[in-house]
Amino acid sequence: MTEDEARQLILETLKSKSKSKSKFYLKDFYAIVPDMKNREVKNLVNKMVMEGHLEYWSSGSTTLIGLKGMGKQHAEED
Amino acid sequence: MGKHKTPMLDELEKGPWPSFVSDIKQQVENGKHVLKEAPDDLLGVMELSYEDRVTHWKHGGIVGVFGYGGGIIGRYCDQPTNFPGVAHFHTVRVNQPSSKYYTTKFLGDLLDLWEKHGSGLTNMHGSTGDIVFLGTTTDHLEPLFFEMTHELNQDLGGSGSNLRTPECCLGKSRCQYACYDTQEVCHQLTNEYQDELHRPAFPYKFKFKFDGCPNGCVASIARSDMSVIGTWRDDIRIDQKAVAAYVNGEIKPNAGAHSGRDWGKFDIQKEVIALCPTNCMCYDGKTLEINNRECTRCMHCLNVMPQALRVGVDQGASVLFGAKAPILEGAQMSTLTVPFIPMEPPYDELKDLIEKVWDWWMEEGKNRERLGELIQRKSFQEFLRVLELDPDPRMVDEPRSNPYIFWKEEEVEGGWTRDIEAYRAKHQR
Repeated sequence: MTEDEARQLILETLKSKSKSKSKFYLKDFYAIVPDMKNREVKNLVNKMVMEGHLEYWSSGSTTLIGLKGMGKQHAEED
Repeated sequence: MGKHKTPMLDELEKGPWPSFVSDIKQQVENGKHVLKEAPDDLLGVMELSYEDRVTHWKHGGIVGVFGYGGGIIGRYCDQPTNFPGVAHFHTVRVNQPSSKYYTTKFLGDLLDLWEKHGSGLTNMHGSTGDIVFLGTTTDHLEPLFFEMTHELNQDLGGSGSNLRTPECCLGKSRCQYACYDTQEVCHQLTNEYQDELHRPAFPYKFKFKFDGCPNGCVASIARSDMSVIGTWRDDIRIDQKAVAAYVNGEIKPNAGAHSGRDWGKFDIQKEVIALCPTNCMCYDGKTLEINNRECTRCMHCLNVMPQALRVGVDQGASVLFGAKAPILEGAQMSTLTVPFIPMEPPYDELKDLIEKVWDWWMEEGKNRERLGELIQRKSFQEFLRVLELDPDPRMVDEPRSNPYIFWKEEEVEGGWTRDIEAYRAKHQR
C-alpha cells in the first residue's frame, strides 16, 4: 500500500465512523492500515496532523487523534 | 483585595508553610501579566470548587502549537461566565534544563515572556520536572512558542501519549556519589528522541529518569517507566583513618546534616553496622570490613560516613522498568532488568535497550496501558525474551512471586518427551 492509499483509507475510515466517534487512539490507526509498520503509521498520522487533515486532542495524560473540525472544538468550549 | 471573597482559601494562608494562595494574591496585586483577570478568577473558581467539592475544570482539549503533539494542555473552566479570566486556562510545559540549573537572567527572561503571554503563574517544577506555565489563551500559544524557541532557545516538554521530559539528579555536577554523568545522558537522550518527545507515538505516557546513585534523588525507581540508577561493580572504597575519625567524634556523621540536636556520641555499631540490611559489615574497633558481594546498595553507610566510604571505581548503572503511580493495581516500583550497563557516550547499549522496549510496547500495549502493566499482563519472562536477556537471580524481588520463570521445551534436556519409565526407575512417587 502506498502512503497516499493509506492516507485515503485513514480519512475514509474516520469519516465513516464520525457519527459515533470523533477521537481515536493511535493504536486504532494501526488497525486501519495493518500492512504498514506501526512506526510508519505513527509518522503518517503525525504528517496528516501537520497537513491539517487530522488534529490532536489531549487530556494532558493521553493523546487522541481525530479528523480536523470533528467533535467538540475550541470555540465551543465556552 | 481581589474581586472574589475566598474565606476557605484564606485559611490556607494561616499555617506555618508558604502558601500558594498568598503567591496567587501577590500576582493579583503586583503582577505585570497580560491576562489581567486570570489569577483573581483562579482564586474565585478554586473557592467555588471548595464550596461545591467538585472540580470546575473540564478535561483536556484541542490546543497545541504547530508541529508539536505535546507540551500544551488545553484547560477550560465550566463556569466561564462567572470566571472569564480562566475560561481558557491552558497549561504549557517547558523542558527544564538538566538538573534544573538556570542563570537568574534566564529565569527572569522566561518569566517576563510568560507575563507577556499568560497569567504569570508558574509551577516550579511539575512532577515530571518541567517548568509549568499555568494559564493562557489559545491566541497566545503560537507567539509564546515562537519567542521561547527563537529568542530564549528553549523547548517545550512532553505531555500526552509521548515520551515525557527526561529528568535527572544533580549528578557529577555536585555529588560525590554519582556513578555516571546523569546530566549528559539526560541531555543526549532528550536530543536523540525529539520525535517521541514532541509527537505522540505510544499507547500512553513513557518516562525516563536518571539517578546517579541508589540514593535516588529524582526517585526514578518509583516515578519512571525506565529508571536508570548509578551503581558500581567493584568494592566500596574504605579510608580506615577516616572511619576512626568518625568513631572518635572528629568528623560529624551524615556530613553534619543532623547536628541541630544532640544525638549523643556517634556509635558506629548502632548507627551503621547494625542497620546494614544484609549484615554485610563488621567493625572490630580498628578495621571496618564489608562483604561487598552481599551489598544491596542501600547507601546508608556511605551516607553516614561520606569521608570514609566511597562508591567503587568500576561504575555504570542498573536499568529498571515498569514503575507507575496507582492506576490499575496500585503503585508499582520498577523491576531490576539489567543489573549493570556501561554509561559512556554515545550510550548505544542503552539506546538499543530503549528501542526494543518501545517496539514491544507499541505492538503489544493496550490503549492507556503503562509499560509496567504490560509486563504484568504478558509476564516478566516475556519481557526478558523481547529484550534478549537471560533471567538473573538479581531480578527476583521475592522468591516464588516475582518473577516466575518457566522453562521452554528447547531449554530442557530431552524436551517434554523424556522416558517416564526410566525416570520412575530411579525416582519413586
